[in-house]
Amino acid sequence: MTEHESAANEASASASPDAGDEGASQQYLSFFLGGQEYGTDILRVQEIKGWDTVTRVPYSPDFILGVINLRGAIVPVVDLRVRFALESAPFDTATVVIVVRVAGARGERIVGLVVDAVSDVYSFSAEDIQPPPEAVGTLDQMYVLGLAKLGDKLVIILDIERLVISSVLGDIKAA
Amino acid sequence: MSIDQEMEEILQLFFEESLEGLDTMESGLLTLDGSANRETINTIFRAAHSIKGGAGTFGFMEISGFTHSVETLLDEMRNGTRGITPDALQVLLQSVDVIREMVKSAQAKQPIVMVGATALSGELLRILAQKGAPANSAAESAATNLPIPAAVPAAPDAPAAQAAAMADEPDASEAAVSSKSAGIAVNGNPPVGALEGWRIVFEPDLSLFKTCNDPMRIFDELANLGPLEVEAHTAKVPPFGELDPTQCLLSWTLLLRSAAEHARVAEVFDWVDANSKIAYEPIYGAAVSAGVPIPPAADLPQAPGQRPMTSSDVPAAQPASGKSGGESGSLRVATEKVDALINLVGELVITQSMLGRFAEKYEPQDIESLRRSLAQLTRNTRELQESVLQIRMLPIGFSFNRFPRLVHDLSRKLGKKVDLKLCGENTELDKTVLEKISDPLVHLVRNALDHGLESPEARLAAGKSETGTLELNAFHEGGSIVIEVKDDGAGLNKDRILAKARERGLVDADAQLSDENIYNLIFVAGFSTADTVSDVSGRGVGMDVVRRNINDLGGHVQILSVPGRGSTIRIRLPLTLAILEGQMLRVGKEIYVASLVSIIETVQSKREDLSCVAGRTELFKHRSDYLPVIRLYDLFGIEPDSRDITDGLLVVLEAEGRRVAMLVDELLAQQQVVIKSLETNFKQVPGLAGATIHGDGTVALILDVPGLVRTFLERQSMQLGRAA
Amino acid sequence: MAATILAVDDSASMRQMVSFTLKHAGYEVIEAADGVEALEYARSNSVNLVLTDVNMPRMDGITLVRELRLLTSYKFTPMLVLTTEAAPEKKMQGKEAGATGWLVKPFNPEKLLATIAKVL
Repeated sequence: MTEHESAANEASASASPDAGDEGASQQYLSFFLGGQEYGTDILRVQEIKGWDTVTRVPYSPDFILGVINLRGAIVPVVDLRVRFALESAPFDTATVVIVVRVAGARGERIVGLVVDAVSDVYSFSAEDIQPPPEAVGTLDQMYVLGLAKLGDKLVIILDIERLVISSVLGDIKAA
Repeated sequence: MSIDQEMEEILQLFFEESLEGLDTMESGLLTLDGSANRETINTIFRAAHSIKGGAGTFGFMEISGFTHSVETLLDEMRNGTRGITPDALQVLLQSVDVIREMVKSAQAKQPIVMVGATALSGELLRILAQKGAPANSAAESAATNLPIPAAVPAAPDAPAAQAAAMADEPDASEAAVSSKSAGIAVNGNPPVGALEGWRIVFEPDLSLFKTCNDPMRIFDELANLGPLEVEAHTAKVPPFGELDPTQCLLSWTLLLRSAAEHARVAEVFDWVDANSKIAYEPIYGAAVSAGVPIPPAADLPQAPGQRPMTSSDVPAAQPASGKSGGESGSLRVATEKVDALINLVGELVITQSMLGRFAEKYEPQDIESLRRSLAQLTRNTRELQESVLQIRMLPIGFSFNRFPRLVHDLSRKLGKKVDLKLCGENTELDKTVLEKISDPLVHLVRNALDHGLESPEARLAAGKSETGTLELNAFHEGGSIVIEVKDDGAGLNKDRILAKARERGLVDADAQLSDENIYNLIFVAGFSTADTVSDVSGRGVGMDVVRRNINDLGGHVQILSVPGRGSTIRIRLPLTLAILEGQMLRVGKEIYVASLVSIIETVQSKREDLSCVAGRTELFKHRSDYLPVIRLYDLFGIEPDSRDITDGLLVVLEAEGRRVAMLVDELLAQQQVVIKSLETNFKQVPGLAGATIHGDGTVALILDVPGLVRTFLERQSMQLGRAA
Repeated sequence: MAATILAVDDSASMRQMVSFTLKHAGYEVIEAADGVEALEYARSNSVNLVLTDVNMPRMDGITLVRELRLLTSYKFTPMLVLTTEAAPEKKMQGKEAGATGWLVKPFNPEKLLATIAKVL
């Protein structure tokens, strides 16, 4: 099976438990990327850390910055800005890395995601989240769980697992 | 614990014990080949006996049945009624294999396969049927495969001790009083009416009580068969004052009304009949026969309930698999190692609290103290690390111990005489490395026996002793373990190898190769100079896998050979897979680690040493070799300090028998690094074997040298359009 | 008070089997791996019954029985040897050494318990 398929398999193997949760609200961590606010299930967020020296890994797509040492674990770092085909911003002390823990077919993976800034923690219930339209900017619809409205703000709720797994296991650029 | 769980545990224990017992039997049998040793035979017998008894108790009748013949044969050998012949030993060894397979099947809860066992049983019975003379019995020439047991008539004067020894032929033994069916009277008198009871006169010896046999107990048991009348005879009882209560001074006449057959009745007296006089008189309905006493229960024919095994056309039993080469998820650790670990952790705790004090209160003059404590911490950590790694270490003897049997069988099969020497069995190495090196070693040993060592005739003709020597040697050197497979055979034939390589297009017709390069050709896939492909080796699929396995473990293999005198295969392996002796190197801004084992040397190049072939392949002249140059920065897409090869350093790497020169900007320190996997959170990356954490907390990537070399050369050959 | 049985056999699995069976029937069991261990124990402890295998390293069952009979506390303790049908002469040897009786291997738990019940 191609890597793309296996990535999709990995992601769907751990389907999001959010659907069907009537009434009960869940918490989402929101962050900014290129001016747009996104949200991710907070249960998958392990920690938020500052920028660290990243070790480049050869044969990786440009949105994979490399790997870092997280208390002894070798963790890959994905630049979500690049992944979303936005303009990449420089890395400095203000750069934030959200470390998420996602379940794959082979077990748990810890991955770091570079974002512009972390925003807030929101509580949304299933009713608050509407199904996404066909195209959400440049992002493939399969990575979006829905849209949440908060006042006049729009928060795009991401299927963080699918996104991360496909990013990490995606095609390797041949040298 | 539930009963089932307890039983399961006991069963598991039985399986383990039996497998250990089989190993004991095997190694014992192998030593008997040379010299008979009383103690050894006893040990082997006991092991077989235990397995048989246990198997019967736990319900594995196929195992106990088969082992029975083995035990019988061993029993004869140990009490001297049978000599120890090579043939018998061979059959016994094969039997051990069969029993082992049966036990393993039982352990895996699978049906026990009888195929090999049936044929072998036939062979065992055939041997047992031949009267085994203590001296050289008429042995047949060594058979490599199991001969179909011919119909051999039982020796005409088979000793009367057939009751025990010939137990497999229940019909053969003489039935003394076959009183199985009621109504057969001794002396040929026809029975009168149906059996109604027994009159038994029971006169025990004085010493009956010394064995704690209580007549009351016997009478109770008898009474289970039917109504019993007991009449005691007190004639022998002396006056009270002289009475010795430890003596049995009574005798009895018993009248039992029961249709039970003689055997059943006699059974009750089983324990006491040796030291008693017992007379049984059957009582028939109507006429009571005039008391012809039937002699006390004669030895009933021994009928262990086996069907005589039928021989069938079955090939030789499977060879012993020896200690499992597969991986297992658990370790058996010597308690001393665990104790050592506990001590070290204790010291670590002390050091930690010492350092902890500085966190509370620190003054500038404490810096010396702090330094010392930190040095202590370094020591503790290092010792702890070594100790923990030690736990995963096992002696290589675990792998070596399969070889006596293997060499024994193989040398017989090949008709060669071999003396196997094992040295350094206690040399320890990591469990995983041990497991992975076992199969390659087996292959190398088979190779040495098949191709290296000559036949006895050829050896004599060459002025050597008939018996060749095969030596397996293991020792520690530096941070590695070295394993040598040495034979004093014919050595490698350089010319033949070169010719074959040329024939296969592996080497240019005019290429100049050093001796070592020529020898290394045998590691190339599909290469074999064997004239005929034996099923042992020679198909040429082995050596390349052997080398690949060794390389994958981070090791090295080298061949040394002297034509006519022999060959040595020297394998060097890291002691552990978790830790690497690494060379840090820098390319541009990136730092990588390469395993020291793969680095031959590092040199600075000069313009005149570099050349270019076909406009693409760059070569570096290193001593007398031309090595392809790998520009690592190019492969990995890094911005280097300089693109000029002469500005940087060339690291001469060796992997899979090939050497290359890798361009780097700078060599940094050499240090031990802990190998961490990239795959846990990320994925496997070509050219990388893993990652490690630098002292400063950053990640350094570990190069997969064999992989890099492989890919590079493949690419090269693809570009140049010919086989590498 | 439960009766105590001394079970002697060099095979751990057999010992455990016997132990298991006897304990479940309410007996107390002391295990020994060979004659030497058993004799050691017997010198300072008494039991109600001795059950011993014959083929054992260091000291076999027959010798054990003989030695035990020399101890005052074991003069009248019932002793059973475990033999196999392939070695009937062991029964006689056992008897001569002073064994009460024997049990033929392989035996099942019921047979074991029934035989023990005969002597205890």
